Amino acid sequence: MSAYQGDFLKEVEARVEEGEWVKMCMQCGVCAGSCPFGPHWEHSPQKIFMMIRAGKREEVLTSDAMWMCTSCYNCVVRCPRKLPITQIMHGLATYAHRLGLAPKMQPTRRFSVTFWSNLTRTGRVNELKLVLQVYFRNGFAAGLKEFWNMRRVGLRLLAAKRMNPFELVFPHRCKDAKGIQRMLAKACEIENRKRGFSQ
Amino acid sequence: MKTAAYLCGGCGIAEQLDTARLAAIAEREGKVDLVREHPFLCSAEGVQAIREGIDKDGATHVMLAACSRRAKTEAFYFPDVAVARANLREGVVWIQEKGEAAQEMADDYVRMACAELKRMQVPKAGPDTGKSKRVLVVGGGISGLTAALEAAEAGYEALIVEKEAALGGWAARLHRRIPERAPFKDPAETGVPALVDAVTRNSRIKLQLGTTVAQTAGAPGRFRVTLSNGRTEEVGAIVQASGFSLYDAARLAEFSYGKSPDIVDQAGLEALAKKSIPIRRPSDNKEVKQVVFVQCAGQRDDSGKHLPYCSGHCCATSMKQAMYFKDANPAVDTVVIYTDLRVPGNGEDFYRSAQAKGVTFTKGKVSAVEADGAVKFRDLILDEDTQIKADLVVLATGQVPNSGVNIDNPDEPDANGAKPISILNLEYRQGSDLPRLAHGFSDSHFICFPYETRRTGIYTAGPVRRPMDIAQAVEDATGAALKAIQATENAALGRAAHPRSGDLSFPLVRLDGCTQCKRCTVECPFGAIDEDEKRYPVFNESRCRRCSTCMGACPVRVISFENYSVDSVGAQIKAVGIPDETEEKPRILILACENDAYPALDMAGLQRVKYSAAVRVIPVRCLGSVNQVWVTDALNAGYDGIMLLGCKHGDDYQCHFVRGSALAAERMSKIDDTLKQLALENERVITCEAAITDIARLPRLIDEYAQTIERIGLSPLKGFA
Amino acid sequence: MKKEYAFYPGCSSQLRGSASNYLTSVNSMCQTLEVKMTPIPDWNCCGASIGYAGSGELARHVMNARNFALSEKHLPGQDVVATCAACWLGAKETKQKLDASRALMEDTNEALKEAGLRYEAKTEVRHMVEVLIEDIGYEEIRKHVVKPLEGIKFAGYVGCQTNRPFGIAGESFENPMYLDKLVETVGGEALVKYEQKVACCGGALAFSEPDKSQKQIKEIVEAAYDQGADMIVTPCPLCQANVEIYQAEINRKQGTKLDMPVMYYSQLLAVAYGAAPKQAGLDGHVIQPKKLQDIAVKVVPARK
Repeated sequence: MSAYQGDFLKEVEARVEEGEWVKMCMQCGVCAGSCPFGPHWEHSPQKIFMMIRAGKREEVLTSDAMWMCTSCYNCVVRCPRKLPITQIMHGLATYAHRLGLAPKMQPTRRFSVTFWSNLTRTGRVNELKLVLQVYFRNGFAAGLKEFWNMRRVGLRLLAAKRMNPFELVFPHRCKDAKGIQRMLAKACEIENRKRGFSQ
Repeated sequence: MKTAAYLCGGCGIAEQLDTARLAAIAEREGKVDLVREHPFLCSAEGVQAIREGIDKDGATHVMLAACSRRAKTEAFYFPDVAVARANLREGVVWIQEKGEAAQEMADDYVRMACAELKRMQVPKAGPDTGKSKRVLVVGGGISGLTAALEAAEAGYEALIVEKEAALGGWAARLHRRIPERAPFKDPAETGVPALVDAVTRNSRIKLQLGTTVAQTAGAPGRFRVTLSNGRTEEVGAIVQASGFSLYDAARLAEFSYGKSPDIVDQAGLEALAKKSIPIRRPSDNKEVKQVVFVQCAGQRDDSGKHLPYCSGHCCATSMKQAMYFKDANPAVDTVVIYTDLRVPGNGEDFYRSAQAKGVTFTKGKVSAVEADGAVKFRDLILDEDTQIKADLVVLATGQVPNSGVNIDNPDEPDANGAKPISILNLEYRQGSDLPRLAHGFSDSHFICFPYETRRTGIYTAGPVRRPMDIAQAVEDATGAALKAIQATENAALGRAAHPRSGDLSFPLVRLDGCTQCKRCTVECPFGAIDEDEKRYPVFNESRCRRCSTCMGACPVRVISFENYSVDSVGAQIKAVGIPDETEEKPRILILACENDAYPALDMAGLQRVKYSAAVRVIPVRCLGSVNQVWVTDALNAGYDGIMLLGCKHGDDYQCHFVRGSALAAERMSKIDDTLKQLALENERVITCEAAITDIARLPRLIDEYAQTIERIGLSPLKGFA
Repeated sequence: MKKEYAFYPGCSSQLRGSASNYLTSVNSMCQTLEVKMTPIPDWNCCGASIGYAGSGELARHVMNARNFALSEKHLPGQDVVATCAACWLGAKETKQKLDASRALMEDTNEALKEAGLRYEAKTEVRHMVEVLIEDIGYEEIRKHVVKPLEGIKFAGYVGCQTNRPFGIAGESFENPMYLDKLVETVGGEALVKYEQKVACCGGALAFSEPDKSQKQIKEIVEAAYDQGADMIVTPCPLCQANVEIYQAEINRKQGTKLDMPVMYYSQLLAVAYGAAPKQAGLDGHVIQPKKLQDIAVKVVPARK
């Protein structure tokens, strides 16, 4: 693939959610100036879009910039070209993750995966389990340490009845959790077919 | 001469002023034959009273003490008599509290108007009234064709002189044009064949192809134009649509133009597209698969080597050309490398369309194009040096105006290094072509009168005026054609063109007093004045805009107008009652340009903005018309300060007469010597730039100046006059 | 006449959830305003903004479409009303996407069939705040006030997702006024110059990028102090949780003394309508809203 020849842009258009918008960016940089996590990423959305057009596949898909998106939608409402930038960022992240190119230890990537598997188990998010899953993601010892650090917050939430150990045993769940899982499997199958992913 | 004065009491004048005292002043000091007061002068009855004074009592000179001369012009329209106006409304009662200071102001304005009145004549149209209504169009490109067709369709004869053997100019060499209609998505037909056809079939349009203009003499309504083929034509006005030359890409050594046939300029790409779609590259006739457009090639250059300006159309042109490839085969990679995309008009939609079609836009600065098609550039978003290998490179070079000879420097080559060849070959004292503003483009008052040049009756249209695309050129040409028609009609009636539209006065010169100093002939912003064999000035009235810059320039004061002269203003200056030094009442003379400063003061009055009662304002046609003698007379008469309010000058001038305020500034820069001779402070005379929007600022400036005068004290010259 | 809606409380606002007190106060408020909220039977999670890595596009839409289908089936004709900003945004985005694309609609229904459901595209999606402003109106909201929240200064923290990208009642994204207006309607003082009004608290990244998010949260709280706020009020459960809960963490790490209560708009209305502290969910905070508690406990309701 050579520079500025559009191969990667075409790939993005075919395989990334809202990817067909990337070519419409006019490089004004308003998105870059509007992002609350601006100081933390290496590549602004503007830059990511230009990198796509320049054919920098590897650099884009391994970037952790997309994972810095807080879904605040500031860039979306300010974009003079009305690009759905938040969705494109999520789409690129999803695609990078799917290809296994996303940074392995990127915390938001791991949280995102955990979150989805958490909610699809019963159809609803189990907040307590989610928190425990996050704290113990790096093993038991590290988990205990994080747990210790956050113990005051946890205790206060328990006291305020906003966290309940009961959820570990008898969690909220959808009655038709099985139906939801079948439905999601089907959705996955359809999307893979349409976007040309192998399973 | 029989004089009459009418004093209005309406709009609060009678409530705030002692009108009986004003009437007495007009009668005793102004020596007016007939003085009448009326409570509501612009009413039908009031106007009737004036009419009767003219018709029954035989008044030949009428003084109206009422509102500003810019108000109620229709009610107070008496073209058969000389009319002077004392501005009691905007000039006094609307800007002052009731009291003695306001009354003194009104007294002076009545004295001034009476004095002016007696030095005015009813202007009779100038004798220089050529009758030709034909329009000569120089250039047969899209601008010229449009101008000729618009003139013809309005009922006027047109003559097109085109140096090439065929009509159509640059536009005829295009494959397609930038779209001018919604949805602005695709390249459009040029429309040139239909336009050429319409022009050719129009019986009012005559063509002279393969011909140039060898000489242009005369004035609006009576231009005598000699063509290169020896024919002589009489025309009333001229539209110069001489277009542009493409900046020579060979001057851009780093872009390898000329080293490979696969590096072309935008015109070269049009030629390739005309030859075949899909476009094939010249070197091996293979279909182009990867094309790169280099924007601003030799344009917007700050090194001083190439064009410093933006040609306006080239971004959209490259988009259009990229679509030639994409529309034929979406798989062709098209990359436009730009530093700033500039797409005026509806270009934004066209840009979006190009993006949707897959044209890649890259913000970058190209440093080199190799002969093998490698385009080296800095990607300004990714901030890295990189390159693209292209099999065709298009250089977007700019427009160089075909504006003939720089009359200020006749040997200066154009931006392409070409030796200048005159376009119009004007037989004018000031030079053979139109005066320029910058970069070779003809001068034009960009804000108010964009089609006007500094040669009355000659209008530029299209890229000779400023860089532009077809849509803009068509609009430009239509405007220029209508201005040309207007010029012929005005010339036939001996009337001025803008901004003193309809003025019938014209410069009168007392040649026996002339010292042949040539200041008028050199300084006239419009080249209206030639010289005869004895070096006396020859006034071509139809070329004159009546700015009176010549009058301001003349050291021996032999130039005047029937209704505006050194004497008519000088008499007003002298008519003001200057209080003696014991009274501690300063008097400040304001000479205010009638185009911007005076209307701004009127509007300040309309908004009831108060300012110093020490000022006495006299409107002038242009600061360029201010003769030094007014300033010295006023200082000698004991005025404590003089303010000159005129338009902005310089490259972004606002002067309605282009050069007037600049010349005034030049002349006033030497006023310090005069002040020194009179042992006066520098602050006694100041010049301020003012715009018509300075409604709040001007009163502030005036008050600040009044404070300055208070600070430095009254003029020591009081009482010596 | 009683207004009826299909209620989509979302995972955090359900019983025993982190925003269960939001639910409590909404119920109390709706009772006063005679609004009947019937939960969608067997509703599921919207997928939230952060689930993207695992979900993909269609799965996310299918989750929302399932709720719509259930609503159409069991509560026909009623608008789906979400109280959670993310639920509302996710649901609304799905609705717009499905309305715009026949292909996506077909794919969605193909998947929904696996759960025995079909979405007919009749559902409207609303946020609770829209119901208040558009269906009930400020005048009606004011009428029920028996304990005006006099003397309390509120920094209206609108945050992101009830503001962008859809907006409430067509208001500006940069300076929406509805939250301030609600505060004033129930007698509180709205600090209209609160400059962090539409800033981001970090959202779900409060978990994965705690330091970066806490920097945001610190600015949000400090700006409220700068304006002299007694408490922050917000329409979003995640904003509420992040901005309230992490103040202690920020204090621990940075030695600050942040102690700013963060409330839901619904708690303000509930208290103003005379609800007891528990009914208004005031017992669900780690930073106690003392001034609001005082009004709820001590002030005698005015007779209406």
